[in-house]
Amino acid sequence: MTSAVTAGGALGAPRAGLAKPRKARRSSLVGWLFLAPAFAFYAVFVLYPLAMAIQYSFYDWNGISVATPVGFDNYVRVFTDPKLLTSVGNSFFLIIFFTLLPLAAALLIAALLRELRSKFLGTASRTLLFLPQIIPGAAAALAWTWMFSQDGVVNQALRAVGLGGLARAWLGDFQLALPSVGVIGMWINLGFCVVLLLSGIGKIDGSIYEAARIDGSGFWSTLRAVTLPGLRQEIGVCVTMTVISALASFDVVFMSTQGGPGYSTMVPGVFGYQLGFTESRVGLAAALAMMLTVLVLVVIIPLQRIFARED
Amino acid sequence: MRVNRSERFGGGVMLAAAVLFSILPLLSMASAALQPQGTIPVGIQWPSDPQWHNFIDAWNVASITPLLISSAILVLLVVPLAAFLATLAGYALGGLKVRGATVLLLVLMLGLTLPKEATIIPLYYQMRAWGMLNSRVGLAMVLVGTFMPFAVYWMRAHFMSVPGELTEAAQIDGANSWRNFVHIQLPLALPAISSMCILLFLWTWNTFLQALVLIDDPTKRTMAGALQNFVGQYSTDVVLLNAGALLIMAPTILVFLLLFRAQNVPLTRQNAAKRREVEKPLAVSCPGSADCLQGGNASPPALRSPLGAGHPPRVGQVPDGFPTGVPVPDSGVCRSDGRCRRPGARRPRCRAPSAAGPGMTRCWPTGPGMHRHGSAMRSP
Repeated sequence: MTSAVTAGGALGAPRAGLAKPRKARRSSLVGWLFLAPAFAFYAVFVLYPLAMAIQYSFYDWNGISVATPVGFDNYVRVFTDPKLLTSVGNSFFLIIFFTLLPLAAALLIAALLRELRSKFLGTASRTLLFLPQIIPGAAAALAWTWMFSQDGVVNQALRAVGLGGLARAWLGDFQLALPSVGVIGMWINLGFCVVLLLSGIGKIDGSIYEAARIDGSGFWSTLRAVTLPGLRQEIGVCVTMTVISALASFDVVFMSTQGGPGYSTMVPGVFGYQLGFTESRVGLAAALAMMLTVLVLVVIIPLQRIFARED
Repeated sequence: MRVNRSERFGGGVMLAAAVLFSILPLLSMASAALQPQGTIPVGIQWPSDPQWHNFIDAWNVASITPLLISSAILVLLVVPLAAFLATLAGYALGGLKVRGATVLLLVLMLGLTLPKEATIIPLYYQMRAWGMLNSRVGLAMVLVGTFMPFAVYWMRAHFMSVPGELTEAAQIDGANSWRNFVHIQLPLALPAISSMCILLFLWTWNTFLQALVLIDDPTKRTMAGALQNFVGQYSTDVVLLNAGALLIMAPTILVFLLLFRAQNVPLTRQNAAKRREVEKPLAVSCPGSADCLQGGNASPPALRSPLGAGHPPRVGQVPDGFPTGVPVPDSGVCRSDGRCRRPGARRPRCRAPSAAGPGMTRCWPTGPGMHRHGSAMRSP
């Protein structure tokens, strides 16, 4: 490799015009050598399992005995079984809590933090807001299981303001378990959105804010006219990442409710895990996983287009 | 923007509420963890008689010591390997012209959106067939593969922002691709690599699903992966459960507070420096002129030629799209804020970056005119 590289590099820029085809080929070769190891890991531990998942999804297999091909039966199941459909619907409902609410709050908070005079308070609140993002999702679920429990802070607060009648085991309530799980996701994603949007605000030219100030623009109109358009890309990244975390939520749901009570908080990630590892219905689990993948792509690709467009 | 007092007050309240929302669950855990064992704590309450030894007990029952070692081994296996492979690949995609790179990039992009839940079942059977279940090396390899899309993408973004003139200048000086990579690109990429390493560390440490599925023995998992087993055993003992969970979270929080802040500081400082430069474009801290080059498209190339010696260089701004916080490689002659560490250096010696040896990458090739003046600058 070294000799080829030396020759390619030694030609250098001055003769680039003359030796272009050979040089291009050599630099392609070098490039592929640089790329190969990373791509090998990716292919073996991501692409190959993905291909296997596609294959599994057309078989009926319990993980031990011989698999029997069943055509599209697993996919028909995924689209007709009410429990499976519920799990998909739940994950879409979670987008409200994982994406919309944190993003709206983060926009406000980032705009407020920009205004903040005190450097120390700004850094401190940014750090504290980001904490939920860096602890394991499973631990976050555990913290909130305690918050939402019968003796937890949520009920304690309700009782303190005289609303003790509303106190309940939140994660055990058929109606409210899913929004409660959503609050956990909101807690995790809020700081992520704030930090990302703040870094975006830092890139907006300060003179635009100055101009807005001189023109007498208030907080809200500045937010709408300056901050929001300037943050297009960052908002795009926020939406993409949080939507994926909502559709493919596993850690939080698995540690807080395991999909219960009943199937009220079931999401495809946890359902696939149960089907594949406890019920040994590998084919069906694979079909569900494939549908999850397609769903994520179907949601993400249009979002990418919207936010990537130059304005 | 005009902010009146009531708006400012409302903003402060809102910010305080958000911060409180962020730390309340952790405070509640801490308050429960400090209550006497065997009692049933309520929500959040001031620990009138804090039982610090709860943490020692939880340390033992949650077997934190083996978990720390296990997680550390995994991190040591995953982070250096992933960072090395991703830097190589990122350089190929961002800095070199490789045929077929677009296709590869698209395939990698797929990995960015692919939920890990989608591949976990076949991955289990694959690792079982290869006899790599319950093996940390197996889990580490899976994680390296899983992190590749993001890591490569991250490094590619960095290498795309490095001006191409840098490579050209190195080629003029006779550096081949590998030396160019090792001596010029790599030192420049260190800030990007180090912040990526922090992310990779956090993700490895917080790995849950893969650890749960691929490793049976909880003490061989990551700390997050062991949480599930711990909860199963102590779900009724609220005090110990919270103490243990806090211990399991503590390392990531510590790393975050120590490293993430350190990462952020140069960013904010640089921004401040940038703002100052706008107000005060002339810096007189560089008597030797050419020795003091730094990222500046405002400084005309002439200033950097020997003719320009004696003229104080105009300190400009960091080029657009250049990653902030990038130190001038090697020797620290000039910092990115335009101040020179060695103002007493007698002769301006400015060389185009080359791989001829360490210490050659002193000057920041800034404008497009840089490499044209390369030869002049090499022999002042």
